[in-house]
Amino acid sequence: MQSNGDRIRVIIAKVGLDGHDRGVKIVARTLRDAGMDVIYTGLHRTPEEVVEAAVQEDVDVIGVSILSGAHMTVFPRILDALKAKKADDILVVGGGVIPDDECEALKKLGVKEILLQDTPPAEIVAMVKRVVTERGTR
Amino acid sequence: MNDTTLSKNRPSATVGATAAQQLERDVASWEGTEVAKFISKAPERQATFTTQGGFPIKRSYTALDLADTPLEDIGLPGRFPYTRGPYPTMYRGRTWTMRQIAGFGTADDTNERFKYLIEHGMTGLSTDFDMPTLMGYDSDHPMSEGEVGREGVAIDTLADMERLFAGIDLTKISVSLTINPSAWIMLAMYVALAKRRGYDLNALSGTIQADILKEFQAQKEWIYPIAPSVRIVRDCITYCAQNMKRYNPINISGYHISEAGGSPLDEVAFTMCNLIAYVEEVQKTGMHVDEFAPRLAFFYVCQADFFEEIAKFRAVRRVYAKIMRDRFGAKNPESMRLRFHCQTAAASLTKPQYEINVVRTGLQALSAVLGGAQSLHTNGRDEAFAIPTEEAMRIALRTQQIIADESGVADVVDPLGGSYFLESLTTQYEKAIFKIIDEVDAQGGTIKLTDENWFQRRIADFAYETAIKKASGEKPVIGVNKYVLADEKFDIELHPYDETTAKRQIAGLNKVRKERDNAKVAKLLDELIAVAKDPTKNIMPVTIELVDAGASMGDIVEKLKTLWGTYREKPVF
Repeated sequence: MQSNGDRIRVIIAKVGLDGHDRGVKIVARTLRDAGMDVIYTGLHRTPEEVVEAAVQEDVDVIGVSILSGAHMTVFPRILDALKAKKADDILVVGGGVIPDDECEALKKLGVKEILLQDTPPAEIVAMVKRVVTERGTR
Repeated sequence: MNDTTLSKNRPSATVGATAAQQLERDVASWEGTEVAKFISKAPERQATFTTQGGFPIKRSYTALDLADTPLEDIGLPGRFPYTRGPYPTMYRGRTWTMRQIAGFGTADDTNERFKYLIEHGMTGLSTDFDMPTLMGYDSDHPMSEGEVGREGVAIDTLADMERLFAGIDLTKISVSLTINPSAWIMLAMYVALAKRRGYDLNALSGTIQADILKEFQAQKEWIYPIAPSVRIVRDCITYCAQNMKRYNPINISGYHISEAGGSPLDEVAFTMCNLIAYVEEVQKTGMHVDEFAPRLAFFYVCQADFFEEIAKFRAVRRVYAKIMRDRFGAKNPESMRLRFHCQTAAASLTKPQYEINVVRTGLQALSAVLGGAQSLHTNGRDEAFAIPTEEAMRIALRTQQIIADESGVADVVDPLGGSYFLESLTTQYEKAIFKIIDEVDAQGGTIKLTDENWFQRRIADFAYETAIKKASGEKPVIGVNKYVLADEKFDIELHPYDETTAKRQIAGLNKVRKERDNAKVAKLLDELIAVAKDPTKNIMPVTIELVDAGASMGDIVEKLKTLWGTYREKPVF
């Protein structure tokens, strides 16, 4: 199903100046404990750096956490950078503090799924598995 | 019980040996009869109970539980070891400072909010800055895109600072500036503004957060590597000690350690570790602890576990007093009394049924007051959505006013002092804090362990445990994993973000750049480098000259990056 053996590969990213990393670290651990290969970028990355790393690491999914309110700037830049690298088969999902109407707007732009605060770990794992399955082989 | 046994032989703080033996027999018999009989019919809700921080909770507490607590450790308010409060009269004299943090958009936007809050009875100001300002980027830097004026107010130059406090007499109200890696520049702007207005610097009261170690550990706002970052903090402390007698040059903060997921014990213990690192750094300049310690200030969260939080506050006051006297040789009592600002726990607020956040905040605020806070911020009910609206802030302020004026709790000092449970928990906290300090000392100290991610890992571990407990329902969160409303629709008006903010802010910045004497700024920036290269010099005076000459925060920060480089974390999860 995935491009690289049978383990789902995920890069978990923090973009921009937002330093809230409590949630992102929980998500990274949760996915790792569920048997996925997880890379965490650390803080303050640019969208271009994240996409570069995602392509190099040949991941299935990029998960971006953002709690600063800059999501309408950050996600479009990531999606554009993926297109520019012809790597838009890499799925983008998001999490953080994002108003409901902007979640909808981001999904229209191509973000696959957005999980907000207090999403139980099991649901996070199920969501990542689901979007990868839905994409199918690449 | 008789008086002779009480005074001669003291196995505990409140009962003598004979009385203690009797009490022990009573407790055993009570467990064997009344309790056993009751439990056989109606079992307790859980096999064991613990605080949110993991401290075991017994069924009930008696005088026997004070065995480890000497009476003098409980003491009296305003007297060593300050367990019962830093001042002898506490809120009977003046209630705590009601200090609601505010900041968004441009300086003009925030100035308007400040005036609104003052009009509604707020007694101290607290300023939230946007991410670029916090990280030392000018508003037109590429990293600032999408962030200008969003989470706080944008400040690039002294001109912004002048508008932020326009029409507010800074000698009449204390001002807190919540900023860290770029804090010294903000402090320089505050001093430059005060000088322009002709204020006596010793008349200014307020606080700048400037606690960089907890940034590396928890909040994750940084610019330079650890060593030069700590040197900047040292310079803020020594500058204020010599020039601003009433100003707190640092707010050693546990709040962010908690919000990043750390346990309540780690919250207070890590602040003590950080305190030790800063004091040692300042002492290296030859300054005696009594010359600066009276103005060291602290900042803690009040979380949901009501009694644990109160014990936490009382314990950390006692630990601080002992550290300052015994480890650092403080002689002045003012160097030994811990004063703290408190904020209710933002991460405890929920989106589901958000109205009930008012109740959460009210209970947390009450624990801060019973714990003896000097100032308090209560969160807005809508903070799980966005920064708070005016209405949410007014309700939050009214919550404090109800505690102060209606509840009666402010009329007696440390009303929970002497509670068997609370005193026992306070002492357990004290011992656990000292144990962590010993562990950090033994492994090479705070700065080394910060660099090695020791603190960061402990915080991430507790955060993960908490998430698992929330998911399983072991940690109930009303509206989230218990008493959930199906198909809840949020009908809530949020604080809007003005999309013109960045444009307005950058226009102002460009105006300053055009009108200032660029040659003078360049010369001062070279001087800044020379000062930075010499660790015996203080970075504050040249920074004050720089901001007065119109240098932006970005000018100063970028120049020093050429000397010091930047910090990059080694991420752990």
